[in-house]
Amino acid sequence: MNKDIFVVIEHRQERIADVSYELLTKGYQIAEKLGGEVIAVLLADDGDQMAQSLKSYADKVLYIKNEIFKNLHSEYYCDALSSIIGERKPALILFGHTVDSFEVAPALAEQLGIPIISNCVDFDIDGDFVRATVPLYGGKINGEYSFNAENGGIISVIPGAFKVENPQKSGEIEKIEFTFEKEYDDKEFIEFIEAAAGEIDITQAEKIVAIGRGVKDEENIDMIKDFADSIGAVLACSRPIVDAGWLPKERQVGSSGKTVKPKLYIALGISGAFQHISGIKSDTIIAVNKDPNAPIFKVAHYGIVDDMFKVIPALKAKIEEMK
Amino acid sequence: MNSVVCIKRVPETAEATLKIAPDGKKLEEENLVFSLNDADNYALEQALLLQEEFDGDVTVISVGPPETDEIIRMALAKGATNAIRIHHDDISKLDASAVASLLAEQIKDLDYDVVFTGAFASDDAFSLVGTMLARKLEIPHITMAIEMKQDDEDEAEISRELEGGLIAKYRIKFPAVITVQTGMNEPRYASILGIKRASQKEVDVVDDPTIPENKVQLEKISYPPEGKKAEILSGTPEETSSRLAEILKQKGII
Repeated sequence: MNKDIFVVIEHRQERIADVSYELLTKGYQIAEKLGGEVIAVLLADDGDQMAQSLKSYADKVLYIKNEIFKNLHSEYYCDALSSIIGERKPALILFGHTVDSFEVAPALAEQLGIPIISNCVDFDIDGDFVRATVPLYGGKINGEYSFNAENGGIISVIPGAFKVENPQKSGEIEKIEFTFEKEYDDKEFIEFIEAAAGEIDITQAEKIVAIGRGVKDEENIDMIKDFADSIGAVLACSRPIVDAGWLPKERQVGSSGKTVKPKLYIALGISGAFQHISGIKSDTIIAVNKDPNAPIFKVAHYGIVDDMFKVIPALKAKIEEMK
Repeated sequence: MNSVVCIKRVPETAEATLKIAPDGKKLEEENLVFSLNDADNYALEQALLLQEEFDGDVTVISVGPPETDEIIRMALAKGATNAIRIHHDDISKLDASAVASLLAEQIKDLDYDVVFTGAFASDDAFSLVGTMLARKLEIPHITMAIEMKQDDEDEAEISRELEGGLIAKYRIKFPAVITVQTGMNEPRYASILGIKRASQKEVDVVDDPTIPENKVQLEKISYPPEGKKAEILSGTPEETSSRLAEILKQKGII
């Protein structure tokens, strides 16, 4: 193994995911510590422009070109990556813990016979010893996992875990026209389908009242909706509410839903898993939850540890009194 | 058309207060309620829907201690036809690749078209086992399925749910592993009759499986650092809501 850090760049429809820049920043710090280089690995078809925009973040941009990389196909991705990794033997390979990496990273780990820790919020390497922190149980507990990286290893990191800093490097671009030995016709990309526009756009809302699992029953939503209406807020939710079919997808906040930026965000019965929190950008977040240890209290500005069905009617009455 | 569904027993932790056990590697289980992992419940439902359309068997398989039989029985009560439990005292000691190996070892000898798993488990959210299992079985996989359309028994169109609600549609030939995202369907409840029938069905127990070596170790679990925290308003609902209303007014939000 050498001392380089590979960052597998995620892109979709010619746009590089933010998490890739986050990983390049972290990868740069780790590579510096090891005395190696941070290398952006870009698998793309028409990737010249993307390669250019990665230059200042990496010591080198490895641009692996083939028309197959236009859309994600895990088997081709794995074959190209394992061939290049087998040749160059980086110390660590970094992925974002994203829907596309679910498809590729574990398969690559198996193909190379190397360890993987996914869903990380932090990691470090000391000699061959890699240690990573994983939020367990929706963020209520941290798990410390480790592996021996003498043959390399893979870490996948949750988007938003690291801040982006541009080290203003001017990495060279090494372009490789990749050809495949094997064909995979048992899986094929067909098309992208954009989410249908719904009746409401929660990303434009100034005030949001959001509900989670703690709402317990579909019948309880009416009361919350009344409260939201009374303060001119839009009703939104976390994923379990959409899964249950109680509110439409367009009202979901979080990584698989919408990112919202209201002045006021009131989270009711939402425990605050990373996937939900990552969709909230607000200066005033208020959380009501029965569990004092719910992770939502770490991002909220004000919290009430109580039953929302007691607090909300009282709050509604108070606000009406004040009008 | 035969399906295999890999299921996991997990604690319900969304509203529970969690305590770490003295060994520092797992939770105190005393006050926890365990159930079928949420995404696995959708995976099971998808297999049952296929069975309704194309006939065939639905085999549920899980790795774990005897208590795992509770979720296996629940799957049988919903309509699964066969059940396998690969015995292991403490699955927190197994890494994802080891779990995938244990599953693959049993599944490879079954007659199956599709293997369903949940896209992730609510405890560690690794999203590893399904894809690793596909590799070990040497069949293709699709992760994060939110819709499945099928005209015949040989292939299907699968929609993957990407960030921001974007959908990527793929065609995949069977046999294949499909990992199911929550919300893919409406999981059924077990009927009383189903529960009665399930209690008479056999669970095949693999008593003494060969345990593969871990590549990844769990060192310890801990409470997340306190860090930044909300200002907690305390008191009766009257008091807390009154204080909150004042804050919102001061900030000019209401």
